[in-house]
Amino acid sequence: MEGTVLKTVRLSAYYGDNCVIKTVDLAIPESRVIAVMGPSGCGKSTLIRCFNRMHELTPGARVEGRVLLREADLYQMNPIAVRTRIGMVFQRPNPFPMMTIRDNVIAGYKLNGIRLDRATRDGIVETSLKRAALWEEVKDHLGRKGPTLSGGQQQRLCIARALAVEPDILLFDEPTSALDPTATARIEALMTELKKSVSVILVTHNVAQAGRVSDLIAFLHAGELIEFGPRGQLLTTPKDRRTEAFLTGKLA
Amino acid sequence: MRPYRLRLRATKDNGFKGLVFVMSFLSMAPLALILFYIAKQGLSSLSWGFFLEIPKPVGAQGGGIANALVGTFLLVVIAALPSIPLGIGAGIFLSEHREGAISYWARLAVEVLQGTPSIVLGLIAYMWVVVPMGGFSALSGGIALGIMMLPMIIKATEETLNLVPYALKEASLALGVPYYRTILRVVLPAGMSGIMTGILISVARIAGETAPLLFTAFGNAFMNWDVAKPVNALPMLIYNYATSPYPEWHRIAWGAACVLVGFILLLNLFVRMVIRRWKVQF
Amino acid sequence: MLEGSLKMVKEMLVQSAALVEKMIEKSIDGLTNKDISLLSEVIEQDEPRENALELEIDEACIHWVACYQPQARHLRTIMMILRMNNDLERIADEAVNICESALVVVQEPDVKPLVDIPRMAEKAMGMLRDSLRSLLEENADLGRKVCKQDDEVDELRDQVIRELVPIMKSRPETIDASIHLIRIARSLERIGDLSTNICEDVVYMVEGETIKHHQWRDCR
Repeated sequence: MEGTVLKTVRLSAYYGDNCVIKTVDLAIPESRVIAVMGPSGCGKSTLIRCFNRMHELTPGARVEGRVLLREADLYQMNPIAVRTRIGMVFQRPNPFPMMTIRDNVIAGYKLNGIRLDRATRDGIVETSLKRAALWEEVKDHLGRKGPTLSGGQQQRLCIARALAVEPDILLFDEPTSALDPTATARIEALMTELKKSVSVILVTHNVAQAGRVSDLIAFLHAGELIEFGPRGQLLTTPKDRRTEAFLTGKLA
Repeated sequence: MRPYRLRLRATKDNGFKGLVFVMSFLSMAPLALILFYIAKQGLSSLSWGFFLEIPKPVGAQGGGIANALVGTFLLVVIAALPSIPLGIGAGIFLSEHREGAISYWARLAVEVLQGTPSIVLGLIAYMWVVVPMGGFSALSGGIALGIMMLPMIIKATEETLNLVPYALKEASLALGVPYYRTILRVVLPAGMSGIMTGILISVARIAGETAPLLFTAFGNAFMNWDVAKPVNALPMLIYNYATSPYPEWHRIAWGAACVLVGFILLLNLFVRMVIRRWKVQF
Repeated sequence: MLEGSLKMVKEMLVQSAALVEKMIEKSIDGLTNKDISLLSEVIEQDEPRENALELEIDEACIHWVACYQPQARHLRTIMMILRMNNDLERIADEAVNICESALVVVQEPDVKPLVDIPRMAEKAMGMLRDSLRSLLEENADLGRKVCKQDDEVDELRDQVIRELVPIMKSRPETIDASIHLIRIARSLERIGDLSTNICEDVVYMVEGETIKHHQWRDCR
């Protein structure tokens, strides 16, 4: 019996007085890929940033309601602790340019001043790069700087970096929109592999990607959660006419 | 569109290019001439003795600028020690807080400070340090020069950090790195080349300042390592010796000028090296 | 992901086909051995199972298309799986028809020794088995071979009718059973037809060539 890894209870998010997420109730099962889909400006990126408490970093931003990570209220915890349990991969690959590939992977430890002995460090680097399907390509070049890699490789490096701190959930904010089709395919395959060990929440505006990769799809429109269901059923016979309109290209 | 009066326009084009070239040449010419003349006048004075001896009494041959070198060194160190951390800190603050009342007034203060004549800053240092201490000192001179360095470092830091993409900060914060560590260990290192450039440029600037030193460091004919006492400096030495009636002293002044310009030249080359090695491409 | 899940849908189809094969086997066994319980089993247990499977496969195919937006060979494969699913369901219906008619026949006195019908059944089941093999192996040549056997089955059905008509004329009390025997023969012939449909679908899936509506006759 699988459990719920993340649950939101009447979650609302604001920029100043502007309400961008309207009382969303979502229960996300673990070890699955959840796609959050919707038209531009519907609030998908904002929603996942409420999960790892990055939303509140914007001046004037605030959150109402609760977000629970396996029964723990995320907004009662230290935000730093939250972000070590819920990692994030961004739209544009952003490896640290001054660090080597090796240091990039363990950046989560290094930047926090956590000392690792060489054996542990190399173990974490190798495991994370293998989980991100990058090990074979860079294992002989760990001393090189991040930006020498291609776009797809850089993104996988960012994935390895996020995996190194062993989060429960990994958030992907349109991770392949800046990549070419081959790199995109590799990362999609990676996500379906990763879900066995990490719950994946993927924001995408690409319906086809949501179909290929996800187990469950959440459809968001103007800050509201319209529908949340298994991908086959939602894509074939959506329950809400707004979902249908979006899928058939009739929604703004 | 048919080519309309093509020949005339091509000629005008070439004429403009030529004009720009001539203007550039003309503006570089004085600089080249100055450097050439200084080298011509000063190079002959340079010798090992020149760098290691202190000035001899009037009339005697030889002597050097050792005490002025030491003095300039002390002044730069005293100026840099407080102003680098303060300047970087203020630069970080301004970069992180683009809006807000404090930032507004702080930026205004920086601009005003940068535009304040150096002699006025020397007067300030006189009032704050020389008077309470009861005498001239390297300390007061260093403080005056430090105040001069401050706005330059602040601006360089702020502008460099503004160029660091938000994506880097985001990446670090998303890893669960606290804010202050993100600034210190991600943003600052990413902007290090720009900040170092700012520091080096400001050092080059103050190394050649004379006015504020007139009533703070005051000058000293002898070697002095004590920061609580007056100290000589290269620009001051040049001023004093060049305005003296002794040809021997004139020669030394030219040598000192040559050294000063050479130092600034080296510093700028060093800056370029720093940029090439340390600049981070985003 | 795509290949893996397509394989899974195909396996569901193969499972369904195995069930249908079994149903025909049981129906003919029940007829020849006069086993009423076997015939009832097909009608009451096997058919509902097959119907449920058919719905499952239908849904799986449609969901698969929505999720993977297939092209080229993948598209042909999933569309043909959808068609073959339909054909299998109709074969299952024919098996049920055979059972229903058999239930009448076995309770009447024998009309004549059963010779042609078991032969037809053997052929029809052979065609079905081969068509499924051609699907599993993605073997278009085997598919074409099976299509050519359809004529033999048609011939046997005509033979059955030819034999039974005079019997019905001379012994009217056998009309009931004879009519049902003719129905069984027709069902078996239909099973042969549907098996050729499956083979035509396999050829399209593998090669992209349409051999429907007896265009394969030209390749003799």
